[in-house]
Amino acid sequence: MTPIIQAEHLYLDYKLNDQWVNALHDVSLIINPLEIHGLVGESGSGKSTLALALMNYLAPNARISKGSVLFDGTDLGTQSPRDMRGIWGRLISLVPQDSLAALNPSQRVGDQIAEVTHLHEGLSVKAARVQAIEMLRRVKIANPEGTAKRYPHELSGGMQQRVTIAMALSTRPRLLILDEPTTALDVTTQAVIIDLFRELIHDNQAAALYVSHNLGLVAQLCDRVTVLYGGEVMASAPVADIFQRPIHPYTISLLASLPRLTEGTETRLPTIEGTAPSLTGRPRGCVFASRCPVALPLCHEQKPPLEQIEGERWVKCHRWREMDSGELMIDTAPKADVSAAPPHASYVLTAEDMRKAFGKPSLLDRLTMRQPKVVRAVDGVSLRLLERSTLGLVGESGSGKTTLARLIVGLETADSGTMELLHVHLPNKLDQRTPELLRGLQMIFQNPNDTLNPYQTVGAQIARTLKRLGDRSLSREQIKARVVELLQAVRLPADYANRYSSELSGGEKQRVAIARAFSTHPALVLADEPTSSLDVSVQSVILNLLKDLRTQQGASYLLISHDLNVVSYLADWIAVMYLGEVVEEGPPAVVYTAPSHPYTEALVSAIPTPDPTAQDKRIRLEGDLPVELPTGCRFHTRCPRKIGAICETDVPPYREAGAGHMIRCHIPVDELARLQQSLPETT
Amino acid sequence: MSGPYISPMSTETSPPARRPSALSTAIRQLTSRPLTLIGALIVIVFVGLALFGPSIAPYRYDTIIRGAARMPPSAEYLFGTDRLGRDIFSRVLWGARDIIVLPTVTTILSVIFGAAIGLTLGYIGGWLDDVVSRALDSLLAIPALILALVMLGTIGSSAVGIIVVVVILYTPIVARVVRAATLSLRTSGYIDAAKLRGEATTYILFRELLPGVLPALLVEASLRFTYAIFLTASLGFLGLGVQPPSPDWGRMVNEARDSFAQTPWALWFPAGAIALLVIGVNLLSDGLRRIFRYEGQLG
Amino acid sequence: MLRYLVRRILLLMVTLLITSAFIFALTQVIPGDVPRLILGRDAPPQAVEDLRERLGLNQPVPQQYINWLMGFVTGDWGTSFTGGSAPIRPLVMERLGNSMRLALLTLIISVPISIALGVIAGLFENTWIDSLISILTLSVVGLPEFVTGLILINVFALGFGWLPASATAPSTASVGDWLRQLILPALSASFVLMAYVVRMTRAGIIDELKKPYVRTAILKGVPQRQVITRHVLRNALLPTITVIAVSFGWLIGGLVVIENVFSFPGLGRLMTNAVERKDIPLMQAVVMVTIFFFAIANLAADLLYALLNPRIRLE
Repeated sequence: MTPIIQAEHLYLDYKLNDQWVNALHDVSLIINPLEIHGLVGESGSGKSTLALALMNYLAPNARISKGSVLFDGTDLGTQSPRDMRGIWGRLISLVPQDSLAALNPSQRVGDQIAEVTHLHEGLSVKAARVQAIEMLRRVKIANPEGTAKRYPHELSGGMQQRVTIAMALSTRPRLLILDEPTTALDVTTQAVIIDLFRELIHDNQAAALYVSHNLGLVAQLCDRVTVLYGGEVMASAPVADIFQRPIHPYTISLLASLPRLTEGTETRLPTIEGTAPSLTGRPRGCVFASRCPVALPLCHEQKPPLEQIEGERWVKCHRWREMDSGELMIDTAPKADVSAAPPHASYVLTAEDMRKAFGKPSLLDRLTMRQPKVVRAVDGVSLRLLERSTLGLVGESGSGKTTLARLIVGLETADSGTMELLHVHLPNKLDQRTPELLRGLQMIFQNPNDTLNPYQTVGAQIARTLKRLGDRSLSREQIKARVVELLQAVRLPADYANRYSSELSGGEKQRVAIARAFSTHPALVLADEPTSSLDVSVQSVILNLLKDLRTQQGASYLLISHDLNVVSYLADWIAVMYLGEVVEEGPPAVVYTAPSHPYTEALVSAIPTPDPTAQDKRIRLEGDLPVELPTGCRFHTRCPRKIGAICETDVPPYREAGAGHMIRCHIPVDELARLQQSLPETT
Repeated sequence: MSGPYISPMSTETSPPARRPSALSTAIRQLTSRPLTLIGALIVIVFVGLALFGPSIAPYRYDTIIRGAARMPPSAEYLFGTDRLGRDIFSRVLWGARDIIVLPTVTTILSVIFGAAIGLTLGYIGGWLDDVVSRALDSLLAIPALILALVMLGTIGSSAVGIIVVVVILYTPIVARVVRAATLSLRTSGYIDAAKLRGEATTYILFRELLPGVLPALLVEASLRFTYAIFLTASLGFLGLGVQPPSPDWGRMVNEARDSFAQTPWALWFPAGAIALLVIGVNLLSDGLRRIFRYEGQLG
Repeated sequence: MLRYLVRRILLLMVTLLITSAFIFALTQVIPGDVPRLILGRDAPPQAVEDLRERLGLNQPVPQQYINWLMGFVTGDWGTSFTGGSAPIRPLVMERLGNSMRLALLTLIISVPISIALGVIAGLFENTWIDSLISILTLSVVGLPEFVTGLILINVFALGFGWLPASATAPSTASVGDWLRQLILPALSASFVLMAYVVRMTRAGIIDELKKPYVRTAILKGVPQRQVITRHVLRNALLPTITVIAVSFGWLIGGLVVIENVFSFPGLGRLMTNAVERKDIPLMQAVVMVTIFFFAIANLAADLLYALLNPRIRLE
């Protein structure tokens, strides 16, 4: 059987500042017919570069310096540009990352799909258009004729992604390359798209390379997995082997550092210390040695070969035999967090009936008679947060969770609602808040790349916060000492105070942001998706850090995340938001299990588990967030458990389902529990 | 043709231990382009002329040399003399001052005012932004030269008049550029962080936002300088520049047209000086645009 | 679409109101004693008073502004102070016609050339072709109009004698003559425009080539040439097209220098004449016409952009 793709000892270099740096190093990879092959790695591992190199597509500043890629037995390196044009789009198709940017903004999506069959199958423009509509139907777009006439920006993220897959499949290619195709999507949409991929790839008799940083997705979708680190293959094996008996220390540590729903809040995650090597400094020895918990002197001196073990397993490690036989173990059991302290019985924050609407007409709108669309981002939310506790706020994008956090810290001014911080009235307007209140509330932002001012040193930014909100009597030396202390608290060396943010990695920037937030001894820290743009191995470090600081500083958190795993690792109380409303709240263990709100149920079942044997619960939300606020229950347009007209007409009650566990649903709690015990049949 | 570039750099690999400062990088990039370097040299020479021109010049700009009218260029009169017998070389040297100083002053003033207005509008937003932006846009809806003509025609022409007029013309343009740059920065986490520690608006504007706006501002300043030279020379040509007998290059070109057949050099030397200066400033400004990848405003 | 159009037209009105008030203040309020300014220091007091009466300057300022504006709207543009009190409107209209012809010819010459140069420079970024085009646009083309204009006159009119040096032939001349005299002014105006359009186009192409959808097209197997023509060009030229539309407004009335160099009887030349003679009503009329066309060109640019760019919501 000829493999679809056979990459042999591939080396790829980039020219950066007139210097060649090595991005892929001795990469070998085989993709067999009909196989869905997962390619996992963290950012900078070279996985996207490899995926495109396998298509023989190189950036203008890249070259393949050694090795070859065989596609169905043909060496792609020897193909002329004209030959490649006959392969691209016909035999190998790409489903790109960020589908909005990957589609031509000024061309109707139907025409963009039609272009492929027109080009490769000689269909007339008209026939190709008909075929495009057929493809849109096959990717389960409800109104294919109408959608074909739309422009990309008029479609939701999930729809855009369906268009790119329709485009990729319209010529029945032999190989699909999927480059992080669901990264930008909400978890509920992602689940639907992944189901669609699985079905279509099998129907089309195609092989696929699925590039992802999400181990859970790969476990759910792929047959075989290759793990990339620092531009080198660490391991490659059938999916069950990778996840159930990993033998490479990197794979083992990576899997262990994932927070999981089942994990309690009393534990600490195992982490991978250090950062990945840069392209310019590829080590002589094993590329993972600097972060490997079981590295020997040999590992730093000599690169291990990529060895084939029995069957279809490859590994690149000097110590794989010891790992495989069980002689050598890496301790990956979560550690009990001995210092965990229970929450106090008094509230750090209470918020009553918070409301905020966007899109009120401006002066210009009034002059020109324009009616802007009003979005009720937060619509009557009440929260109570115990001292020394963590409230996790979950929901899809558009649920209003970030707006709620910004109302609390005062970055947005609430239209109405009352708040108290430590039993002191907290004005809605930021400029009416006293320094004491400002000190008590700090925030960690989502994007590490703009959280620090690029034109000031790290130290200067922390020092400024100390000067503004800290003890006024501090001298310059004392402030300096305190900055160092704070940097050390987030495990950064003292000399980082003199660095600029461009000299820091994403994880390091986020640590500085945490140090800055804690510099005022806040009572409550709001963290808005603090790890969503970080790699798994970095995420675990940040999560542990947040946990430690909570204990040491006695602060409370309001943690916003779309990732239920992350939330469950830190939160002792969870609130689920949908369209500006809290639909369910309670302790995590209770919220995540039946009975729960149908929306929560769908969110939980959409989480891809990093375990290929896990039973897939298959509750899927069809459709997108509605643009107009629905009447009755806001969730009725997408609810898989809708019971009838009452959901459309009547506002559902907010019912107690146990100690403090509240559910906003027309279905009685007992009924929900009964329904959710048995899984619904596949729809 | 260059294809799309896929960055191989990651956010999680260790960054370089010490990054060269932005300024030295910019200077290195500037000097590594020969065209930009040529432009910079030309501009430096002209600035030198503006500073020292009058002291090198063999004559005063208004000295009429007896019996030396309409002399072609020679060793004695490098650029020849005009129909009145004034040394053109001296007049060009003296004239460098106005054509450099006026645009420099107008550029500096409009950059300062424009930056202050643009930062404020972009950061504060709301109805103030609605009203003021609309008013500034309206001001931009009048072609610059026409507005300059009207203003100078009514208030009369003088160096101060030219400065006032050009600053009024260019401030809204700079403000618009700075406002756009500010809008893209105001939602950054570090601005939110500054608000959360209770910083005053002026601190946020000038300490947090201004540095981020500087690249766009610098490019815009270089463009304003180019267009200010253009405009000043054009006003001179139209007779609305600095009043005679001071040697305005634009005016010299215009006056030389009548006697072009007899003294072509009286036209070509000041015109050449203008051309060379404009080319130099253009090359320099183009270098800045390429480094900062920003195209600026028309007009 | 209709809503969008109405909104834009309302905005245009607002702009025109603000600018007209500004121009009014500038020409009639700030200068102080306008009749004295017009008639000169030695004029008899009676004549000054008569003129004040005729101009309606005895009324309160807001009233003056409203009268003045209403005059423009209803077509009563007043009479010129000089040249025997000729009515202004026909004079301005005739010049406007000339200016429009010049503007049109300028666009016809410069747009195809500058777009082509910009596209080539962008596609071959950082090659010798790109450098050559840069040098050309920055040095030859980017000079002040009176310098390029004089060079053109010297080469083509005085040197080779192919074309007339000035454009003073009456509009009754034959089409051929009339075109011949337009060519040199149009060429110098084209140079000014080209400098900017080439730069915009080049930047647009370079930006667009970096976008992921270009890679998508290449990896669909679309031939290189079609990637450019069918995908890149439309998106890359959007900003250029709006710049061209705006510049049409600038070409009408903005060519003061060129019209002076070539003695071309357009609005710009009329403007300088009015300024020289301190003919305030004429100045006002020319400025208002120029502003009107400038605003219309801006509106056209916005509409064109909205029409060509599906990302703009027409609401």
